[in-house]
Amino acid sequence: MVKLLKEFRASHKEMRQAYCDALIEAAKKDERIAMVNCDLCSSMGLKPFAAEFPERSVNVGIEEANGCSMAGGMSVAGMIPFFNTFAVFATRRVYDQIFMSCAYPKLNVKIIGGDAGVSATNNGGTHMPFEDMGIMRVMPGVTVLEPSDPVMMTSLTKTLAETYGVQYMRFTRKKTLQIYEEGSEFEIGKAVTLREGKDAVVFACGLMVAEALEAADMLAKEGIEAAVIDMFTIKPVDRECIIRYAKETGAVVTAENHQVIGGLGSAVAEVLAENCQVPLERVGVKDEFGEVGPQDYLMERFKLTAPNIAEAVKKVIKKKKKQDWR
Amino acid sequence: MSNAVDLEKIKRFSADIRIWTLRVLAEAGFGHIGGSASLADVLAVLYGGVMKIDPKNPKWEERDWFVLSKGHCAPALYATLALKGFFPMDWLKTLNKGGTNLPSHADRLKVPGVDMSTGSLGQGLSAAVGIAYANRQQGRDNWIYCIMGDGECNEGQIWEACETANSLKLDHLIAFVDWNKKQLDGRLEDINDPVNIEEKFRAFGFDAVTVKGYDTLEIYKAVERAKDNPGKPHCIVLDTFKGLGVDFAEKVEFNHYLTFGPEEAEESIKEIERRYAEGTYPGGDLKW
Repeated sequence: MVKLLKEFRASHKEMRQAYCDALIEAAKKDERIAMVNCDLCSSMGLKPFAAEFPERSVNVGIEEANGCSMAGGMSVAGMIPFFNTFAVFATRRVYDQIFMSCAYPKLNVKIIGGDAGVSATNNGGTHMPFEDMGIMRVMPGVTVLEPSDPVMMTSLTKTLAETYGVQYMRFTRKKTLQIYEEGSEFEIGKAVTLREGKDAVVFACGLMVAEALEAADMLAKEGIEAAVIDMFTIKPVDRECIIRYAKETGAVVTAENHQVIGGLGSAVAEVLAENCQVPLERVGVKDEFGEVGPQDYLMERFKLTAPNIAEAVKKVIKKKKKQDWR
Repeated sequence: MSNAVDLEKIKRFSADIRIWTLRVLAEAGFGHIGGSASLADVLAVLYGGVMKIDPKNPKWEERDWFVLSKGHCAPALYATLALKGFFPMDWLKTLNKGGTNLPSHADRLKVPGVDMSTGSLGQGLSAAVGIAYANRQQGRDNWIYCIMGDGECNEGQIWEACETANSLKLDHLIAFVDWNKKQLDGRLEDINDPVNIEEKFRAFGFDAVTVKGYDTLEIYKAVERAKDNPGKPHCIVLDTFKGLGVDFAEKVEFNHYLTFGPEEAEESIKEIERRYAEGTYPGGDLKW
């Protein structure tokens, strides 16, 4: 069950810490669970796992392709591997390995990508994944997830451990807003309504959920009521939720720390185009590469802030008024 | 050497694998005959005497495992598995046909006895490393075999997998390289010279040897020797020839993928039987 905190607050845990703790808990319960990493054990926050389960931790060094196919082999022989590296390498670099050694043979491999989007900060454009969800979304049968807070991270890690299949989960490295009460449990494919509103709806994922909530506060002061939905499952996307809110509000905004091409914005646009053609504005990166800098700077630079979302909401409401879409 | 293994039977099995590989491909009308033919002898040794398998229970957990990293030569593996009774011989007529259980590249979901899907080259050894690690981790006492192509060893991932196999001391992993000297576009040294494959594997921490890849006795002995040498992963380089034992393919320089029909196949099968009868199987009196 999902419970929202009465007041959202800065989380005590980094996302990677929540991930590692949850993975340790899962591994205690199921001895088939193993961790494959690629010389980023420290950066991914997985040293505690390696210390607790050295015999179930494989560091292949800087060999992402090998590590990914090896994870496929481990799954064939009955283990449940979590393959970990930065999101750029976990997807872009090993796309064919995920396809050939994990997804096509329908194996049970968890692809975990750290430093999602602007959270790659100091590593800059080379390491900044703005296309990972898009490329993973088109691979048949692959689930794509981006949790928004450490409580959700804990729940989704447990779910991945217990759910057969190839799933890709990306996350930002550091602390986020904590939105959910400890112990909340989430179901893949079921979006969470964080705030109701009749004028427009914002579907957000990852760190953009916090921005969307702030945007909704800003808009409320101007008398605009925006619903905010945590759309943490990018694939399979919650179609029912999208259609319901599109019909109720008549104006849709998406917000993602990712290209608007291929990610959440595309997923929502597809559902709207097929079912309910209401005006849409997409907040996200507009066909650009990332660059180096602090996260706050990058969020401004790529227009990923609460004011950007608020602006998009106003714009989409204007579009709605111009169109008699109903 | 174990007396339990009938080497003449293994040799005969290799002839049957070649014969049925020809029939499988002739039915389709085309295919990877060159690299499939050069696999017949090693497959006969593995499935005819070495591997612990149960055709009636292909997913038996205690079995020995096999990854055909050069997945495009699946027709030879399909012939082998059908002859062993993993699935009906009738299936062999359906290669590459719409709705078939036997696609051109090895598929674990469709073919009983295929442990890993392969086709995009360079990944099978990594998968075999994962399988070997997972089996050891789960306390199973079994062997993991993998066959790579020599051209396939162009792929850098092969050498990544070697590092991990060595680091994890996966001594129940026995990898073969089908050193048939040619890849799709021509001879290895004319494409991207691999220099010395055996030495490379040794440098990457493998216990590596080269044997006559068309000699079932030599292959058998090499496997037995590997099993008696714990501590390192093993590589057996099969010094052989592309198209070996299939006379029309032997005569073609670029024999990676050929078009042929039942008539050519039956002529080649007669030649296999002739060589077998005169004791020159598989290569006949050809000077390589």
